[in-house]
Amino acid sequence: MSSKASILERIRAAKPADRPLPSLPSDPPAALAEWEEAFRTVLAASKTTFITREEIPGYVAASGAKTIVSTRPECDGNLDPRTVADPLQLAGVDVAVLSARLGVAENGALWVSEEEAVHRVMPFITQHLVLVLEREQLVGTMHQAYRRIDIAATGFGVFIAGPSKTADIEQSLVIGAHGPRSLAVCLC
Amino acid sequence: MTHAHRAAAFLQNEDRANWHDQSLWHVRSKRDGSIAGIPEWESLRQLGSDIKDNVLSNLDTYLEAFEEKATANGVTVHWATDAEEHNRIVHGILHRHAVDRIVKSKSMLTEECHLNEYLEARGIEVVDTDLGERIIQLRSEPPSHIVMPAIHLKKEEIGQLFHEHLGTEAGASDPQYLTEAARQHLREKFLAARAAITGVNFAVAETGGVVVCTNEGNADMGVHLAPVQIHCMGIEKIIPRAEHLGVFTRLLARSATGQPVTIYTSHHHRPKPGGEMHVVIVDNGRTTQLAREDFRNSLKCIRCGACMNTCPIYRRSGGHSYDHTIPGPIGSILSPGIDLKKHGDLAFASTLCGSCSDVCPVRIDIHDQLYKWRQIVSKEGHLPATKRLPLAGAGTVLQHSGLYNFMGQAARVALRMAPRALVYNRLNAWGASRELPEVPAESFKQWYNRNKNDKA
Repeated sequence: MSSKASILERIRAAKPADRPLPSLPSDPPAALAEWEEAFRTVLAASKTTFITREEIPGYVAASGAKTIVSTRPECDGNLDPRTVADPLQLAGVDVAVLSARLGVAENGALWVSEEEAVHRVMPFITQHLVLVLEREQLVGTMHQAYRRIDIAATGFGVFIAGPSKTADIEQSLVIGAHGPRSLAVCLC
Repeated sequence: MTHAHRAAAFLQNEDRANWHDQSLWHVRSKRDGSIAGIPEWESLRQLGSDIKDNVLSNLDTYLEAFEEKATANGVTVHWATDAEEHNRIVHGILHRHAVDRIVKSKSMLTEECHLNEYLEARGIEVVDTDLGERIIQLRSEPPSHIVMPAIHLKKEEIGQLFHEHLGTEAGASDPQYLTEAARQHLREKFLAARAAITGVNFAVAETGGVVVCTNEGNADMGVHLAPVQIHCMGIEKIIPRAEHLGVFTRLLARSATGQPVTIYTSHHHRPKPGGEMHVVIVDNGRTTQLAREDFRNSLKCIRCGACMNTCPIYRRSGGHSYDHTIPGPIGSILSPGIDLKKHGDLAFASTLCGSCSDVCPVRIDIHDQLYKWRQIVSKEGHLPATKRLPLAGAGTVLQHSGLYNFMGQAARVALRMAPRALVYNRLNAWGASRELPEVPAESFKQWYNRNKNDKA
């Protein structure tokens, strides 16, 4: 018998009687202003800064970045990610300016799929990350978020809720573990 | 060596034990602060528990649906009945691609299967990339906590370790500095790895994808740079639909560290262009646990570690006292099911206070299961004589009221008269670090009989 068949057979012999799936909470009424405030508060607590659309070019310039990837009209990049075949060639990216598709008020999570990232590793390998989100794309909770997006529409997608961080040494918070050392979000 | 012996060794260093206790309690407090912002927290826990009930009762059909979808997505799905087969499958994939170095993000399953040792014995360099995991890997130690693997170490010890292995300055112990050194060291490893392995937080039956949660971004750095990605999951990680991720992502990070969500919640559905994606589904004793009606709920666990952070025993005994298993309360109900003789003592590493069950995001009845394991340990004859004999004696005394009255009287007299050395000896574990209560002059029964007609 194959391992699959033997595991499934053991499960069938062992599993309890059917238990129904519970129904999930319905969407709260839209409250965009409140959601925006919550979104800003929770991301600020997660060491994220907010910038306006107009501030993006200056923010990128001030970072002293040499290699810039941008898929947004607000800011010019000097490396076109579409011309890069091997993701290893992105190791020198200093700043990436990308679109996010959806934002979640309760926890500050921003959905970035491989479509927005161009290369899956982009939002992780860049030293600094700027994400641009349209206000209308804010939702209240993760329940709503998963109803709004199709997680299988692309081969990869990620919720990002701050710069990369760790607290593995004595619970001391350190920003910039392996991924971006900073995250700036622009709500437009 | 029992848990109690290893805990005693941990407690030898009182300052460190107190520091460990407070570090973990701090995390528990952050969890409390975080859930205060979710008024529907208790119903969310119930939802998590109910969804997992449904999962356990349909595990076979969900796993089959997952495989079908994942295969259609271009993912290769493997099935492993035990740790050996899991390791063989992973090694087979690496061997086929002639891979000699891999990066791995946190996975308690690969820890359980001893994958690192297996691969290293076959000439493959394995680099754990979670900072805490890398620290303990360099120390050749197992993790002491499932979310914070190096929570037992002081920054000075990590500074010394990095000085020896990564060439950081002698005496440097600033977490910022040490983390930066690890970042540079591990970036090289990410760029050089030809394959990446991750654990799995959730696998979605409906879509055939896997979800991996990290704060550091290490799982993604590995998976997206290496041509071959391998995700290893226990059979119980499956959930029915994408919408159920809404429930579990809300529960997981808040329970684990008090964050509203992990920094990265990554959804993998298809291999990257030109790459390969594998998922290894592992039983390794889980179906045996599923068959145990009293204990199957332990399979609902989402590995948040909240039960460890709150447990008064875990906090004061350290993760290593649980003998290379998943530590803490959840480990103490999982491990006896794997090897009752070896790990049965873990059922006693608890005060049965119930705090673990109170914080569990999927409402596992952890302390009830600990109590049930104790009964099984006793029935199967694995109780040590130091517990068996006194319990047998107490059973006899409690069954005979005359004997009970006599023994009580005798003990009150004996404890008053006996020299201290006779009472506080090595047989009296209770007295090793505390004073016995003052001996009362009479029993409650005597007092009651004296006072029952005294209607004041």
